[in-house]
Amino acid sequence: MATAVLALQPRPLGLRYYARVIAQETRYEFLKLFRAKAFSLSVIGFPVMFYVIFGLTNHHTEYARYLLASYSCFGMVGAALFGLGAGIAMERAQGWLELKQASPMPRFAYLIAKTVACAAIALITVAILLALGLTMAGVTMSALEAIELIAITLAGAVPFAAMGLLISFILPPNAGAGMINIIYLPMSYASGLWMPINMLPHWVQRLAPALPTYHYAQLALNIFGYAQPSGSMLLHWEALIGFTCLLLGAAWLVFTRSEATA
Amino acid sequence: MAATAFASGFQVESLTPSSTPLAGQPIAQLQSVTRRYGRVTALDNLNLSLYPGEVVALLGPNGAGKTTAVRLLLGLIAPTSGTVCVMKGDPRDSETRTVIGAMLQVTRVPEALRVREHIDLFRSYYPNPLPAAEIVRIARLEGLENTLFGKLSGGQKQRVLFGLALAGNPRLVFLDEPTVGMDIESRRALWEQIRALAAQGKTILLTTHYLEEADTLASRIVVIGKGKILAEGTPTQIKHRVAGRRIRCITSLDPEFIRSLPSVLSVEQDRDAIAIIATETEVVVQALLRCDPTLRGLEVSAPALEDAFLALTNADAN
Repeated sequence: MATAVLALQPRPLGLRYYARVIAQETRYEFLKLFRAKAFSLSVIGFPVMFYVIFGLTNHHTEYARYLLASYSCFGMVGAALFGLGAGIAMERAQGWLELKQASPMPRFAYLIAKTVACAAIALITVAILLALGLTMAGVTMSALEAIELIAITLAGAVPFAAMGLLISFILPPNAGAGMINIIYLPMSYASGLWMPINMLPHWVQRLAPALPTYHYAQLALNIFGYAQPSGSMLLHWEALIGFTCLLLGAAWLVFTRSEATA
Repeated sequence: MAATAFASGFQVESLTPSSTPLAGQPIAQLQSVTRRYGRVTALDNLNLSLYPGEVVALLGPNGAGKTTAVRLLLGLIAPTSGTVCVMKGDPRDSETRTVIGAMLQVTRVPEALRVREHIDLFRSYYPNPLPAAEIVRIARLEGLENTLFGKLSGGQKQRVLFGLALAGNPRLVFLDEPTVGMDIESRRALWEQIRALAAQGKTILLTTHYLEEADTLASRIVVIGKGKILAEGTPTQIKHRVAGRRIRCITSLDPEFIRSLPSVLSVEQDRDAIAIIATETEVVVQALLRCDPTLRGLEVSAPALEDAFLALTNADAN
């Protein structure tokens, strides 16, 4: 019995432990999101449906190519905002997060898993959009361009996971998807994710650079040469990194304040 | 079990095994812990030690500080002052938490995962988990492994949460209202498992509103109120804190007359019978039988844990 007791003493957790926890947590987070039809059908379904309506009807035009890039971004932003924003808020309200926090699972594993799982959902969206674009909308692109689009879309997981995290802390528990849509939909519209930005009212165009989605979309659109001529890609990257730091900082602040009173 | 004894043989309570394995080093301790939420003091300079192999029931009215004590021991919050210590470590460290398992009140668990998947996930959180088949056996989940969590009944969900608490083969297990929503059979089966865990040397801290549960399971009961310990001891010791015994009988005597008998503390109508609490039970019973030869259905019982609990917490409130 003595050996059994010894084996149960607390002991330092190694790298291999952390790698395994992150892998397992990510795997089940993805399964959970994918099987939750309310989530997967809307987060994957909306960009795909919009592309069918607005992209396929404009087949063999520049417009079909533009929307392929912008709806990929739209899909990633949606997955992150709903996956983390609504997901964490709900798990907190239901006590499930507390049970996980009482386990040795580190907090960063939880956040990484959620971010990667949302990126995986977005990857499905991009794959469907690419398939539709290439086969039915007459979009042409090189393999490199396709890979670039996937890479930039997935890079958006980080800034918008940070935004989702912040939303999860300020969202009233069980507020549901409605509150997130109030942020998600106008922000997407004003950043040119639904239609080219120069078709939007002037005041919206001037507001757009204040939104992270604008810089994100510009990076994706640049692959096909549709970025605003005045913009510099380096600046867009910097803006996205800046937004990420800002959002994470704000999330940290709200979180530590809520911990102090909880 | 409430010690129900009939008039023919007055008994002293000796029903609960009063084994108190307080030997050795405590596995977890709250040392003069105070925790405030703003201006509210949830725990007030509280000392609590948990030892290997004991089942401790933490009882108290809502808002007494039970949840705060549990959350401190789980490392979910930090104390305002004082020390929280589990296996000589701080439960706020992941390493320390590898020896802790918890069953908390969760209103909803991700429903799109299967029982098997939930178990697999929680096992991966711990460096030395129990085998999945062992968890399934202990939590009586055979045949439910491939069921989605959302499709389980309330009692089955509680059993999964119990299984998850044991996934890491913990030495210290927290059970917060473990049998809520369970039928009697499941409840008794879970009690058996809890006893088996204690027999293996694991420490169990139980919070429950079912005082019967605390009475049958606990080797030690700690009653807290307003952040302080009001009473501590074996269930028998706690019950002995209450003066008097309960006499119940069907009689035509006037309640006012009964109230005038020596040592009677209270008289209450209880459906068709009368319930009397008195300290010198024998004297009262003799007087009743003398005055009312038609008296029937006589029962004398020791105070239940519930009576002791109410007396203790009411005394504190006044």
